[in-house]
Amino acid sequence: MSAALQIDQRLGKGWSKPHFIKNPIIRWGFLLAIIVYLYLAVNSIEVNWARISEGLSRGWEFIKAFSNPDFTSRGGDIWDGMVESIVITITSTVVGIMISIPIGLGAARNIAPLPVYLICRGIVSLSRALNEIIVAILMVAIFGFGPLAGFITLSFATIGFLSKLLAENIEDMDKVQAEAIKATGSSWLQWINYGVQPQVMPRLIGLSIYRLDINFRESAVLGLVGAGGIGATLNTAFDRYEFDTAAAILLIIIVIVMALEYLSGIIRARVQ
Amino acid sequence: MLQLKKLTKTYKTGDQALKAVDLEIPAGQVLALIGPSGAGKSTLIRCINRLVEPTSGSVLLKGENITKLGSKGLRRARRTMGMIFQEYALVERLTVMENVLSGRLGYVGFWRSFLRKYPQSDIDEAFRLLDRVGLLEMADKRADELSGGQRQRVGIARALIQNPALLLVDEPTASLDPKTSRQIMRLICELCEERRLAAVINIHDVALAQMFVQRIIGLKLGELQFDGTPQDLTEDVLTRIYGEEDWLATIKKVEDDEAEELDS
Repeated sequence: MSAALQIDQRLGKGWSKPHFIKNPIIRWGFLLAIIVYLYLAVNSIEVNWARISEGLSRGWEFIKAFSNPDFTSRGGDIWDGMVESIVITITSTVVGIMISIPIGLGAARNIAPLPVYLICRGIVSLSRALNEIIVAILMVAIFGFGPLAGFITLSFATIGFLSKLLAENIEDMDKVQAEAIKATGSSWLQWINYGVQPQVMPRLIGLSIYRLDINFRESAVLGLVGAGGIGATLNTAFDRYEFDTAAAILLIIIVIVMALEYLSGIIRARVQ
Repeated sequence: MLQLKKLTKTYKTGDQALKAVDLEIPAGQVLALIGPSGAGKSTLIRCINRLVEPTSGSVLLKGENITKLGSKGLRRARRTMGMIFQEYALVERLTVMENVLSGRLGYVGFWRSFLRKYPQSDIDEAFRLLDRVGLLEMADKRADELSGGQRQRVGIARALIQNPALLLVDEPTASLDPKTSRQIMRLICELCEERRLAAVINIHDVALAQMFVQRIIGLKLGELQFDGTPQDLTEDVLTRIYGEEDWLATIKKVEDDEAEELDS
């Protein structure tokens, strides 16, 4: 009877989604606070217009340089820097992946015992907590200027990235498929090889290629702090105000990144 | 051959899935385990091969206490227990052949299995089993290309290549259509007979259970409620296991079905 009454009250009335914040005073107050904050924040920005106009003209010159990039006059330096960057990228990605796989397995809660899990998660957190640039500065301080510092930095960064995502992928896997392999009396390694690996392999390949892509871009940045590669060449070009050479380097980087992007798209589509 | 003694499982959440279950299964007997969802059917068969660790009690297979085994002994014991799963549980990105051969993992070393270099006898047996379940030409297909019924046949082949003494079967027909369900149940029961295997089959289709097995066990809230032949499974018994409902249709359907089967 009461159910019938309730439905009668509901019929013929509109319906709207319940508000996220129920109390209207808090809801509107919150909105007002945001507006006041934005107003004050924008007003507190100090702008030095003279400085900007000066910078703008320099920026414009840089943009103009893109219309006639100079690939030749520093061609040798660009080539050397590029080879160095590519070597750093490939070696650090390969080494990073090799170290990431065991750490990723250890960092997956559903297959690793608790002590191993905590250690591996610790390594992952450490790697992720430190930004590449900071690690690179540290490595340059330890190993001196040059590509070795860049290689170690990117390997270290790859571990944090790949282990974490691999571990999360393992934690999301279909438990029953793995259980079925365990039920055959397989050993732990066989279980990983048959029950876990096929499930995470496409993702691992996709992430590895993505990381290759990231490592190349990062290797260009790391040169700025002295860790070798094309970034060092780029930095030198800027220091000498050779904007046309800098433009050439940037164009090469853009083309390579786009090519890698395209390649990773193809490979990822094929391994599904 | 298989004995469960006071087998108890209490989950961390405090749910008592099994309450001191005693059960004895002679060699070669096919047994159906029925009961409502949450009665502990899946837990029971997973406690037998310790995919789920029992809290207390013991499981004796051919006199060997499985609950006391270390990891190596457990691996050896699991080889003798083939398991067939609900939703097939094939490794989807592996080929049919790899899935079948994975049933030999307990017998071959890591490198052999890693390189997929199985002994010739295993390969021959895999092909023989695929032929027996009618999937010989599918050997190199990826498992996710198969239909539900075909996948379950591969699952059966994987369990049998272990050369088990006992089959643990968890809801083999839960995601199959009625006709395929029967074909799969018939195949499992035929194979058990051919190879003199004992089997514990979890199943929630009561009619299907009555049609194919010699003995039915009813489980409710982790306790045995019924143990008898399909003929003994009356309306009263079903009410005791599942609760009040009109059971006449369920039981009557079996007789109709059998008549139908005879006709065809």
